[in-house]
Amino acid sequence: MGAIVEVHNLGMKYHSLNGEITALEHINLEVDEGEFISIVGPSGCGKSTLLSLMAGLLKPTEGSVIIGGRQVAGPDNQVGYMLQKDYLFEWRTIYENVILGLEITRTLDSHTRAYVLKLLETYGLSEFRDKYPNQLSGGMRQRAALIRTLAVNPQILLLDEAFSALDYQTRLAVAEDIYSIIKRENKTAILVTHDIAESISMADRVVVLTKRPGTIKKIYPIRLTCDRKTPMSCREAPEFRHYFNSIWKDLDIHF
Amino acid sequence: MNSNGISKEHLAYLRKVRMRKALILSLRLFLLVAVFALWELMARMKLIDPFITSQPSRIVNTIARLYQEGKLFYHTGITCLETVIGFLLGTIAGTLTAIVLWWSELLSRVLEPYLVVLNSLPKIALGPIFIVWIGAGPSSIIAIALTISLIVTILEVLNGFMSVDSEKIKLVRTFGANRLQVLTKVVLPSSYPVMINALKVNVGLSWVGVIVGEFLVSKAGLGYLIVYGGQVFQLDLVMTSVLILSIAAALMYQGVVYIERLLIRSGRHTPL
Ligand SMILES: Nc1ncnc2c1ncn2[C@@H]1O[C@H](COP(=O)(O)OP(=O)(O)OP(=O)(O)O)[C@@H](O)[C@H]1O
Ligand SMILES: [Mg+2]
Repeated sequence: MGAIVEVHNLGMKYHSLNGEITALEHINLEVDEGEFISIVGPSGCGKSTLLSLMAGLLKPTEGSVIIGGRQVAGPDNQVGYMLQKDYLFEWRTIYENVILGLEITRTLDSHTRAYVLKLLETYGLSEFRDKYPNQLSGGMRQRAALIRTLAVNPQILLLDEAFSALDYQTRLAVAEDIYSIIKRENKTAILVTHDIAESISMADRVVVLTKRPGTIKKIYPIRLTCDRKTPMSCREAPEFRHYFNSIWKDLDIHF
Repeated sequence: MNSNGISKEHLAYLRKVRMRKALILSLRLFLLVAVFALWELMARMKLIDPFITSQPSRIVNTIARLYQEGKLFYHTGITCLETVIGFLLGTIAGTLTAIVLWWSELLSRVLEPYLVVLNSLPKIALGPIFIVWIGAGPSSIIAIALTISLIVTILEVLNGFMSVDSEKIKLVRTFGANRLQVLTKVVLPSSYPVMINALKVNVGLSWVGVIVGEFLVSKAGLGYLIVYGGQVFQLDLVMTSVLILSIAAALMYQGVVYIERLLIRSGRHTPL
């Protein structure tokens, strides 16, 4: 199991008339295939920037990201991106929404269509395929958004606060749901979150960033003693509090 | 709500809603009839001078006379046709221009002040110029109607394009969408409601343009009948034309509303 994502000395500067903002500096990170990584950090420390660089939406001003042995130069089907909200298009049916990526990459054929239909079937959205997004619950919508991402069969999923638009209870359930799908589909995942508990409960490793310019402060390998590794049951593990407190201190949140 | 087990309270509620609807409709009709009846009555009783105010029975006669002379549909048809053409051209050209400006940020920045000036300019002032350039005929009238709706459409639609949620654009970009795909998959469909709204505004603006154009050109159409009637002091003709005009304008507006409904029902977009 080699590293599928390699981040080498990555740095990113933004330019505006007010000056130059260094969002990220000297980021080095390797993510193994099938691993689940959480990234936490203070507001504005460059978490979204890091994901955008990995997704090829931005060009780094320093260093590089290598995914599957190739340097990232632009958006690529190897990487799937989930945003804060589901952003299902209200003028498209669920089915039409899920095939959006296939349409854009012009890879919609009988093979990929069958794959999408299978995903919808497996994850209980078949009966909603001809419905419009506003006819679905928040959790179902998030599932549809994940299937839209999975449809182009990416190796790596980037989730940028993917659950934060949901209310707390839905959020727990959706995190559980999405986690199990990601594991079942055998994807590598990188999750950005503000929620320390969420980051610990889902991840194999938690990466803590410093405030801007964002650098890696610490990386915690998470070892929890719980029989079924699901985010919910992980929260019950005795070590959970210990990780929580350390990360809380690292983030150094003041009021 | 299941249809076979409606409760008594709900039935009563539904009846109340229906009654209210019927009441509103009958009051509306009553208002219309009352105004015309009062108008006719006052004219007959010589409380108002029908030479200046005209009166419903004279209007009916005028319509009949215009019809017999074959002028009714001729003038109405010309005005409607000019309006529809001006309206369609304004909407289509405006939307296309908005797309071009959305595509090239540089161009839109360069043209911004000019658009603002053109927008605040009363386009009717350009009427005589069009008549000199294109000639005193329907083309000039259509040109006036077009200019009136064009700039508003450009600004409205472009504004709609710009206010599309940037995260939606980011979403399609993560799939590697190019600019054309961003336009067709996100920006245009998101802006459907804005475009429909522009359509509604344009119907009204096109009527203004066409009537003013016909005032200036003075050859045919309802606008021509109105100016002509005014000049020869035939208020019957003026009132008749205004009445036909309001009916035609209302019908066209309903047409746009109907198109909007069709679009909503086909589920292509949600209402504003
Ligand atoms: N396009 C841009 N131009 C200029 N500055 C930017 C741009 N995008 C982000 N920034 C700045 O870079 C820094 C990092 O932004 P980023 O969105 O990556 O932070 P974040 O960690 O995701 O924040 P949050 O926790 O609020 O989501 C911020 O200070 C932001 O103001
Ligand atoms: Mg962010």
